[in-house]
Amino acid sequence: MTVSDLKQAYPDSPKPKINWARIDEAEDFANTVKLFRQGKYDEDSFRRYRLQHGAYGTRMTSDYAMVRIKLPAGEIYPNQLEKISQLSEQFSIGNAHFTTRENIQLHWVILEDVSEIFRGLAEVGLTSREACGNSVRNVMCSPLAGVCPNEEFDSTPYALATARFFLRNPLSQNLPRKFKFTFTCCEKHGMVRMVDVGLIPQTRDLNGITQRGFKIFLGGGLGNKSFVGHQLEEFTPEEDLLHTSIAVIRIFDRLGDRKNMARNRMRYLVHEMGWEKFRNLVLKERAIVRATQSVITRLDVDHTPTVIKRLIKISDESGSQNPDGYNRWIKTNTLKQKQSDYNSVFITLEAGDITSSQISALAAIIGEFSSEGLARSGFAQNIALRYVHDDDMTRLYSRLLEVGLAKSGALTMAAPIGCSGTTSCNLALTNSHRLAKEIQRKFLELKLDQDDDLCDSSIKISGCPNACGQHGIATIGFFGGGARIGKEMYPNYQMSIGGRSDEETMLGATCHRIPAKRVIPVILKIIELFKQNKKPDDTLKEWIHRIVNGKEDSAIKSVLDMRKILDPLTIPPTIEEDPDFYNDYGSDSSYHTKTGKGECAA
Amino acid sequence: MSQEKTIRTTTDVDSLRSEIRDKSVRVIDVRREDDYKQSHIPTAVNLPLANLLSDDSPERVLKLVNSMGISDDTSVVVYDDTFGALASRVAWTLEYLGHSDVSLLETTFSKWKSLGLENDNKTPEVQTTNHSIHLKPEILATSNYLETSKDKPSVILIDNRERLNFLEQHIPGAISLPYRTLATSDKILRPKEDMKRLLDNRGITGNAEIITYCGSVGTLSGLAYYALKSVGLPNVKLYVRSFKEWKNLQKPTEKQQDANYWDLSAE
Ligand code: SF4
Repeated sequence: MTVSDLKQAYPDSPKPKINWARIDEAEDFANTVKLFRQGKYDEDSFRRYRLQHGAYGTRMTSDYAMVRIKLPAGEIYPNQLEKISQLSEQFSIGNAHFTTRENIQLHWVILEDVSEIFRGLAEVGLTSREACGNSVRNVMCSPLAGVCPNEEFDSTPYALATARFFLRNPLSQNLPRKFKFTFTCCEKHGMVRMVDVGLIPQTRDLNGITQRGFKIFLGGGLGNKSFVGHQLEEFTPEEDLLHTSIAVIRIFDRLGDRKNMARNRMRYLVHEMGWEKFRNLVLKERAIVRATQSVITRLDVDHTPTVIKRLIKISDESGSQNPDGYNRWIKTNTLKQKQSDYNSVFITLEAGDITSSQISALAAIIGEFSSEGLARSGFAQNIALRYVHDDDMTRLYSRLLEVGLAKSGALTMAAPIGCSGTTSCNLALTNSHRLAKEIQRKFLELKLDQDDDLCDSSIKISGCPNACGQHGIATIGFFGGGARIGKEMYPNYQMSIGGRSDEETMLGATCHRIPAKRVIPVILKIIELFKQNKKPDDTLKEWIHRIVNGKEDSAIKSVLDMRKILDPLTIPPTIEEDPDFYNDYGSDSSYHTKTGKGECAA
Repeated sequence: MSQEKTIRTTTDVDSLRSEIRDKSVRVIDVRREDDYKQSHIPTAVNLPLANLLSDDSPERVLKLVNSMGISDDTSVVVYDDTFGALASRVAWTLEYLGHSDVSLLETTFSKWKSLGLENDNKTPEVQTTNHSIHLKPEILATSNYLETSKDKPSVILIDNRERLNFLEQHIPGAISLPYRTLATSDKILRPKEDMKRLLDNRGITGNAEIITYCGSVGTLSGLAYYALKSVGLPNVKLYVRSFKEWKNLQKPTEKQQDANYWDLSAE
C-alpha cells in the first residue's frame, strides 16, 4: 500500500450525472500542439483545432492559452470545483473566472499544458470542447430554473439534453459562426431575446391535458451591432424543440455568411432576409426535419427528479444575534424558492473572479449546504447555491464570510459585469474588468446595494465594441475605446442607458462618451439626478426607461438632456493637472491602445 | 537492490515504516524545532531548514551530518510539512556533500498523521559519525555559471515560482513550471508516468542540461530538482541562491508585456 486515494473526496455528495468529457481528446491535443510547434501543422488549421477544443489565444502572445470550461445548464458539482481549483493552481494563475455564459475560464495557461487540463477535466466529467470556435457554444439555463416561483416548469433537463445532442455532433462542427442557446425560467429573469435561440418554458391546456412547450426567440444577439430576437410562434410543443433547433442550425449552416467575419452571426442573416421570410424558412425546414429524421433522433430528456437531501440538521439556535452584515446579505443576495423553506443564495464575485482556495472552500460548502448537492453558475458572472434551508442560512453566511465570499449586492446594481478587457483579451481597448471591480467597491462602500430604487438596475462593461460584457442590455452600459487630446491618449467609454433583457428587451440608447476615470462620478451623478426627479415609487430602471422613450416629464426629458447635464464631468484635465486621468485602471503607465488578432471569428 | 536504492527519489510510506522497524534508515524531520518536539515520525532527528540555511558551507554541513549519525552508506529519508519543498532543499544539500543515498518521503507529515501512522515525541540517541566529503559541483548552478550557460540551446532554465510571479518578472529565457504542477493532492510528486508526460509535453526531455530556480533559497526549485530526477533526467542543476540573488546582483530580468491580468488577481 502507498498513500493514494485513501480518502475519497466528498463521498456523500452527488456525482455528476452526465460525462461531457472524452479522455482521448487530451492526448490528441498534446500531439497536435507538438506537430504545430514542429511546423507540421499550419497556423490557421491549428487555430481552428485549438478553438474547437476550447482553448483561446491570450493577449499578445502565442505561448499562453485560455481554457474555457463549459458548464452546460450552469451545473457544477463539488468534485468538479475541487478539480478546477487544483488545475488553476497547477497550470493557471491561482484563480478562475466565471463568465456571463456559464463557463469557467483559466487564463495564462501554457499551450503545452492545455492537454493536462483536459485530462484533469476528464477525470470529473467536464469538457471545454466547442466552448470557442464556430460551434454550438455552452447551452445556458437560468440559475433559477427549477426553483423560480414564476416558472411553468423546470427547463434544466431540456437544456442538458440540447447540450448533449449538439456536443461533438457533425452538424455543428463548422458553422459560419458561433451559435448560442439560452434556456430561461420565466420572462422576468429573461435573457432569451439576446441570443441566437432563446427559450422560455410555457404550458397550454389541450383537451384537459397540460402540454409542455416553449416560447422560442430567434436571431437576437449582442455585438458590434445588436438585435432583439423574434418569437417564432405562439407555442412550440416540447416534441418540436429538437426539430426546431436542427432546422434553425441547418438554415444558418446553409445560408449564413461565411466570408464577412463581422457579419456572420445568425442575427445578420435574419436581419438581411427579413424576419417573415426567415421564419417561413424555419417552419418549412422543420417540417422536413420532422418528416425525415429517424425516430431515434430525439432529445434525451432526463426527467428523474432531483434528490433533495438536507445533510445537516443542526440549526443554529444558540440565540445569538445574527452576524454583522447578515441582513444586508439576505436582502441583496438571496431569493425564496417556490419550494417552501428553501432559498437560492447568490455569491457575488468581483467581475467573475474567484481564487483557487475559494473554489476549494466553495466545493465543501456546497456539499454541506445545498440540499441538491451542486451549484449553478448564473447569468451575471456569479454562482448560485440553491436548496439552502431557512435554518441553515446564518451558518452558511458565516462560512461564506470566512472565505471572503459573503460580499453583498449579488442581485443588485452593485454587481457590475465586466468582460476580461485588457487583462487578457486580444481585442480589448480598456481594462473593463478592473473598472467593474472599482464600481463594485464604490457601490458597496456607499451601501448602494441596499437601495431598493436601484436593485433592478444593472451596470455592464465591455472593453471594446464587441459586447462580451453585454453593455447593450444594461441600465447603464459602457464599452471601451481610446480618446486623444493633443498628443496624449486616455481610456474612454461610450455610455448607453436604458437597455434591458426582460419581456421589454431593448438596447440602451447611446448617451455620452465618458473618460474611464470619470465613469464612477458619472454613475453617481445619474443616481443623484434620479433621486431629485423620481416619482415616489420609481426605480432607476423605470425612470431611465421613460427618458429613453421620451415619456419622462421631469427636468430631464430626453437622452440629450442627460447628456448636457453630464457634459462638465467629461472634460479632460491637462496631464499636469491630473496625470492619473491618462492611465487606465490597473495600470500606472500612460495609456495606449494596442490590439492583436481577434479569435472569436477564427 | 543497492542500485535501486540509490536511484530512488521518493520513499513510499510502507517502505519507510519497515526500514524504521529494521533500523536501516536515518529519518530527518526538517520542520521547526517546536513542531518536531510535539510529534514526529519515530526515530527521526530534527534539522530545521532555517538552521541549515544559517550556514550551508560544506564544512558546516559535514558537522551537521556527523551529528545526525549519518555515515557514507546510511540510507537517509527526509520529510517536512511543506509539500516536500523544504525536505528537498535539505536532501539536495546532502547530495551536494557527496551523500547519494538520500530520498524524500512521498508525502507530508500531516498526511502521515492523518493516515493514523505511528508518531512520537522521543528524541533518539545518536552516535556521532565520520562522513567523508566528495562535493558534487555538477548539481549546483551559481549565478556566474547560469549567466554564461543559460543562452546555450542545450540548456533549459526552469522557473518554479507561481505563474503570476513568473509573468511579472523572471530570468530571461526561463520557462515557467510552477511547483504546484509537480504534486498530486496527496503526494509531493506525481507518479512517474504522469510526470514524464507532463515534462515531455513541455519539451523537458533527454540529455538537456536543466537548471531550476525559485524565489529565494532553492526550496521550490529543490522539489523540481527531485521531480526531474524522478523521471531519470540525467543532468539537473539547482540554482540554489535563486531569483533573490539574481535580482540583488542586478542581473537582467524579463516580464510579460502588454497585459495586466496579474496586477488584478494578485489583490
Ligand atoms: S468585449 Fe471586447 S474586450 Fe471584452 S472580451 Fe469581448 S472582445 Fe474582448
